[in-house]
Amino acid sequence: VSLKAKFWLWLAVSFGALVALVAAIDALLFSGLPAAERVVLSRVLEARGPLLAFVALLVLIAVGGILRWLFGRFVAPLHGIAEQTVLLATANPEHRVTTEAGPEAKAIALAVNRLGEAYRAMRRDVDARVAESQARLEEERNRLAALMSELSEGVLVCNEQGRILLYNERARALFAPAAEGPLEPQSPVGLGRPIFAFLDRDQVAHALEKIEHGLDREARSPVTMFFTSSVQGDLVRVRVAPFLATDATVAGLVLTCEDVTHAFGQESKRRSLLEALATRVRQPAANVRAAAENLIAYPDMSEAERARFAEIIAVESRGLSETIDESLREYADALKSGVTLEDMRLADLLDVVRRRIEATPGLAARTDGIDESLWVKVDSYALAQVLAQLAGRLREEGAVREVAFRAAPHGGFVELDLEWSGPALAPAVLSQWEAHPIQVGTEQAPVTVRHVLERHGGEAWNQTQAGGNEAIRFLLPLAEAPPTRRPRKARAGGRPEFYDFDLFRVADSARGLLGQPLQALAYTVFDTETTGVEPSAGDRIVSIGAVRIVNGRLLKQEVYEQLVDPQRPVPRDSVRIHGIQPAALVGQPNLAQVLPGFHRFCEDTVLVAHNAAFDMRFLELAEPESGVRFGQPVLDTLLLSAVVHRNQGEHSLEAIAERLGVAIVGRHTALGDALVTAEIFLKLVALLAERGITTLGEALAASRETYYVRIQY
Amino acid sequence: MAKKVLIADDEPNILASLEFLMRKGGYEVRLARNGEEALATAREFRPDLVLLDVMMPLRSGYEVCRALRAEEATRGVKIVVLSAKGREAEVSKGLSLGADAYVTKPFSNRELLRCVAELLEGAGGPGPA
Repeated sequence: VSLKAKFWLWLAVSFGALVALVAAIDALLFSGLPAAERVVLSRVLEARGPLLAFVALLVLIAVGGILRWLFGRFVAPLHGIAEQTVLLATANPEHRVTTEAGPEAKAIALAVNRLGEAYRAMRRDVDARVAESQARLEEERNRLAALMSELSEGVLVCNEQGRILLYNERARALFAPAAEGPLEPQSPVGLGRPIFAFLDRDQVAHALEKIEHGLDREARSPVTMFFTSSVQGDLVRVRVAPFLATDATVAGLVLTCEDVTHAFGQESKRRSLLEALATRVRQPAANVRAAAENLIAYPDMSEAERARFAEIIAVESRGLSETIDESLREYADALKSGVTLEDMRLADLLDVVRRRIEATPGLAARTDGIDESLWVKVDSYALAQVLAQLAGRLREEGAVREVAFRAAPHGGFVELDLEWSGPALAPAVLSQWEAHPIQVGTEQAPVTVRHVLERHGGEAWNQTQAGGNEAIRFLLPLAEAPPTRRPRKARAGGRPEFYDFDLFRVADSARGLLGQPLQALAYTVFDTETTGVEPSAGDRIVSIGAVRIVNGRLLKQEVYEQLVDPQRPVPRDSVRIHGIQPAALVGQPNLAQVLPGFHRFCEDTVLVAHNAAFDMRFLELAEPESGVRFGQPVLDTLLLSAVVHRNQGEHSLEAIAERLGVAIVGRHTALGDALVTAEIFLKLVALLAERGITTLGEALAASRETYYVRIQY
Repeated sequence: MAKKVLIADDEPNILASLEFLMRKGGYEVRLARNGEEALATAREFRPDLVLLDVMMPLRSGYEVCRALRAEEATRGVKIVVLSAKGREAEVSKGLSLGADAYVTKPFSNRELLRCVAELLEGAGGPGPA
């Protein structure tokens, strides 16, 4: 209830009570009089009616005056003092309660200020201690950061939902797109951002699946890896290790990423060189040996025969030495590299394959009876794709409804049979299937089934089984099973202590954004500078600045700043405000070019701006041209301030900043204002909690109720 | 009557040595220089044993192997695969596709001769009737 309404209510009640009292006394006196005197009195009163009404009006004015005085001296100041006290206690301990009202209110203000002084002293003491331990933490953090920046690999740590908790510069650079013209390249790597923006969800899910499997089976080191490509087309190897919670469940993943384009090329070259060398040498060696052994074993051969074999030996051995020289030259160039296959239990691999196969409707797979002790050396992702893909082909082209896997060790290999009962497969068809590229996600990888088999040093052919079933037999390299199983222990105290990974606790709630606590959300706080204040009259944006808040922390190193060519003259008045000279805007991208990148920067966050309706209007007007829509929830610090401080008149950025004790630096640059707005926003969130407004939904509802929402641009 | 051996290889220099070796071993020898020729000669010559190189033009040794096993007339012939590829997987593949022996190049003449002799003795009769 506003003060004004309260005042009128009090006036009505007190005046009504007074009138009622006078009326009651009169009625009492009146009823005590004899009838004759009543008549006389009535007549007297009727004659003095206007006078009585005048008296009543005077009384009303008097009561009003007294109430006004009381309100001015007590009620209003107390409200103001209460608001200011909350401000002092929560957002700005430097604030001192002031009041223009009478000595009583001043006395209370004085008392509150004294309390505030004591509180500030205590706060200072606490702050000093907090700062001290924070400095220590910061130092450790810097040490870790320095350590990580030394690594040649990119490092990413993410929580279970795939949101990044920690990264290093190398990881950021690895996945950043190439710079295009004047647009600042934005890396998708950032705190709180999803790794799925640059890694294939299926591959990560598959890695996690394998790690869980490994943990369940007490594998020595449940580490796995996969290959992916960066935006710039480089081949990136990603090693995945689990980050275990104290109860030994997977709390997150540690991903180390390495550009292996070069290494991979070297590796496959090395392999093919080695194979080529063996093949090239074997043939001439066989020719020489066969001829030589003939010469020795049959000394009685004819002269012509002897000459022929001697000639063969001379020619072939000359060719042989040339081949060896050439191969060694080529081989010296190819360096050894680390692209390796990983050990995996065959049963686990087939589990994954079975699930993948059964995702195709009308196709079943049986993996029972697979020897649990068989381990293979494989690129599990590619191989699972290959097996599932071949099964899918059998379904498509052979109308096979069920396949079964059988496996048996054979020498250094495992014979893995993909069996079905039904028509046999022509060898030509199989080799045709082998030449087909494998499917990764929805795309075709530049790798064929044959490539995958070759990488495993394996072979595949089709044959008819003893029982009459048809089968494709794969030879896969056998791996040694890990020797011991040790109980899986909870790792108490095993997690690094440098960090308080608060993001681990963030769960992507099913309640949706609205139900989520304000403290836990990720925000993009932004500001724009424009050519003027009338977007609908052709004013345009000249710069955008933004900063992210994740988990209550302002990420000053993850900022967005971009100048925008407004494609119209920039009025001198506006230059005076934002200080951007028109010449600086020449050659900058226009808004439609800028917005898609800005949209990606804002992905998955709530937007925050001061007087957001103004900035949002510019973005909306650019929608048809840029093709991106900013549909996320928007919070306005102007409205939120009005929610928190209903009785304070001004809600300009400066006034709020001063009230909340936020230092203003770089006012009227988009990024500077965005930073100030972000700090204000963080303080407002604390003040909103004071009023019981803790979720995004509540904050939006409260904003809507305030008066300022009616301003429309 | 001498046992008949068909030698299929596209390398003339090994072909010469093998031909000489098999003749000295007392076999009747015919030569083929590619997969197609090997199959055609096998149908008409009816050998007891085929020395089959894997890497040949037109049809690979594996394909010839399969085809020989598929045809009624040549099903019983002994097949020795000769290959410059010595990987274990390839040996398995060769044997699985119906070869009786897989010999990796380079090989010992004496051992090859013994291998051929053993296979032909084990067969009992003088080849397909």
